[in-house]
Amino acid sequence: MSASLEKGIHALKEQVDSTVAAFFSSCVHCGMCADACLFYTETGEPERMPINKVEPLRRIWKSEYTLLGRIGKLFGLTKKVDDKLLTEWETLVYDSCTLCGRCSMVCPVGNDIALMIRKTREGMAVAGHAPEGLIGATTRAITIGSPMGVKLPALQAQIRHVEESTGKTIPVDVEGAEYMLLLSSMEIMNFPEFIEAVSKIFDRAGVSWTISTEAFEATNSGIQIGVSDLAAELVQRIVDAAEKLKVKTVISPECGHAYMAIRWEGPNLVGKPFSFKVRHILEVLNELREQGKLEISSRETQKLTYHDPCQISRRGGVINEPRSLLDMVADNFVEMPDTGKMNWCCGAGGGVSSNERADEIRLKVFQRKKEQLDAIKPDAIVSACSNCRLNLEDALEEYNMDIPLLSLTEMLADHLAD
Amino acid sequence: MSEIEFLDWVRGPGFQIAAVIFVAGVIIRILEILMLGRKKNLAEARGSEMLGGLRTIVTRSMHDKATFQRSAFTIVSGYIFHTGLLLSIFFFAPHILMFKEVFGLSWPSLPTPVIDALAVISIIALLTIIARRMSNKVMRFLNTPGDYLAWLLTITPLVTGYMAFHRIGLPAPTLLAIHILSVEILLVLFPFTKLMHAFTLFMARWYNGAISGYRGVAS
Repeated sequence: MSASLEKGIHALKEQVDSTVAAFFSSCVHCGMCADACLFYTETGEPERMPINKVEPLRRIWKSEYTLLGRIGKLFGLTKKVDDKLLTEWETLVYDSCTLCGRCSMVCPVGNDIALMIRKTREGMAVAGHAPEGLIGATTRAITIGSPMGVKLPALQAQIRHVEESTGKTIPVDVEGAEYMLLLSSMEIMNFPEFIEAVSKIFDRAGVSWTISTEAFEATNSGIQIGVSDLAAELVQRIVDAAEKLKVKTVISPECGHAYMAIRWEGPNLVGKPFSFKVRHILEVLNELREQGKLEISSRETQKLTYHDPCQISRRGGVINEPRSLLDMVADNFVEMPDTGKMNWCCGAGGGVSSNERADEIRLKVFQRKKEQLDAIKPDAIVSACSNCRLNLEDALEEYNMDIPLLSLTEMLADHLAD
Repeated sequence: MSEIEFLDWVRGPGFQIAAVIFVAGVIIRILEILMLGRKKNLAEARGSEMLGGLRTIVTRSMHDKATFQRSAFTIVSGYIFHTGLLLSIFFFAPHILMFKEVFGLSWPSLPTPVIDALAVISIIALLTIIARRMSNKVMRFLNTPGDYLAWLLTITPLVTGYMAFHRIGLPAPTLLAIHILSVEILLVLFPFTKLMHAFTLFMARWYNGAISGYRGVAS
């Protein structure tokens, strides 16, 4: 057995806990998870059904943590995890799953299959069976500080542009600020309007905030590829900066997995509770709304719908906030069929968008979103994740659909009273 | 062995052996899950783990409309056979007598013709389930020998029970002995097959609901 395979198997063993054991013990092979997964519904290929993706983890659980499996192992009767299996499963675990968690909502016995796939990735990555695109993104995140290779000067240049256009100063490295804003590389490079929008809203609301030059990157490729050590290192950078600046709350930007990484996995990755709070930007904006600090002078009249980013809604819990904010600013807000916690993924989360090999299937499974959109024919789609946004724009173009994408934060800023 | 000796054996030693293996097996399986433990969540909670877990134990039996439409066959056939099976196990008068003998507890029974009908409905549901398992492409992909074994273990007591009640083919004591034996085989293999989900699904649902509930999502 190669050293990396041995490490991978060890990593898989480490992932088995009482939740995993209860889940595998309960699966009755009913197949309902297939019907809940866009990678099955849009391809019709059974191997892409959720429960099949966790086969490497299942084999480890069975042979190491069950009485019958251990007896079977003595007689060489259990199925082994080897490089052949992991090679075969790589495209299922990484290219055909966005960790959207829809399967976890329908499984009749209650299996959190997405969690098990996330855990399976821990073994796959260590064993050397992760996609190149994600390895590259993770390496850049660790060495450069951003999966897209965005360095501090790039952020500083964008900040200067925003300051020139708004005439307001963006607070940088301000000690004792209430909020510390994180950004995703995509926001810095593709959507600097987001920084401008936050600046405008916080300025009007009189919020004390800052951006740290030592930890501004919100994304965390470590949790996508499934290497907890690296994910923890990326989280620790944010913890250090937040503690140094003594901020009360760290804001996760419009990025799905970044919220999962810092809000839910973060303290568990670094092994201790945070001394500060973590909130998604929509939670902060909704708080401002409730406090009457978000005054709107005009409203959106076009027909809008909201695309729930999986890690923010279903896996993150921020479901009502965007709707309350939309109610405040939109006259014609329409829900897609299957929405909120049951929304369908755009097809690009969980590292799929960083994985070029998955481009074809990513665009194929977008048909599910297309069907949802065709059902209500909105004038524009509002969302709160740059990754969803880029993917939706890309896929809508591919499918010749002319529907603009709006960031909820940016939309609110546009309608802010002077 | 005469037919009466056979019946005595399945009612006596056979039953005891099966019951011990069943109880011990179920306890071992549950302990081997629980003893793995799980790490405490260090993130600031947004909702209650306990309430979320309890809620999902209940709500996971009810699917939203769209999910129901997508998986209608699985849900409907599953409901029918589980309901029929559980009612005929626990509300057939002779079974209640048996429970009273073993546990000292009894409860009202359902009329025999109702149980009879339920058994037939369950058998039909199980036959459609196996037909789908053998024809549907997702099922065919998932199938393992364990799936067929679990199906066989479940349908056999229903069929033998039905035959024993209607005295089909063999002398009554033999039919009854075969029925009891089929239940004993079910009990012995129960902890080591996917039938174990009857216990573990409550744990799985609780964990699922707890994980989501902690984040403020009703799963």
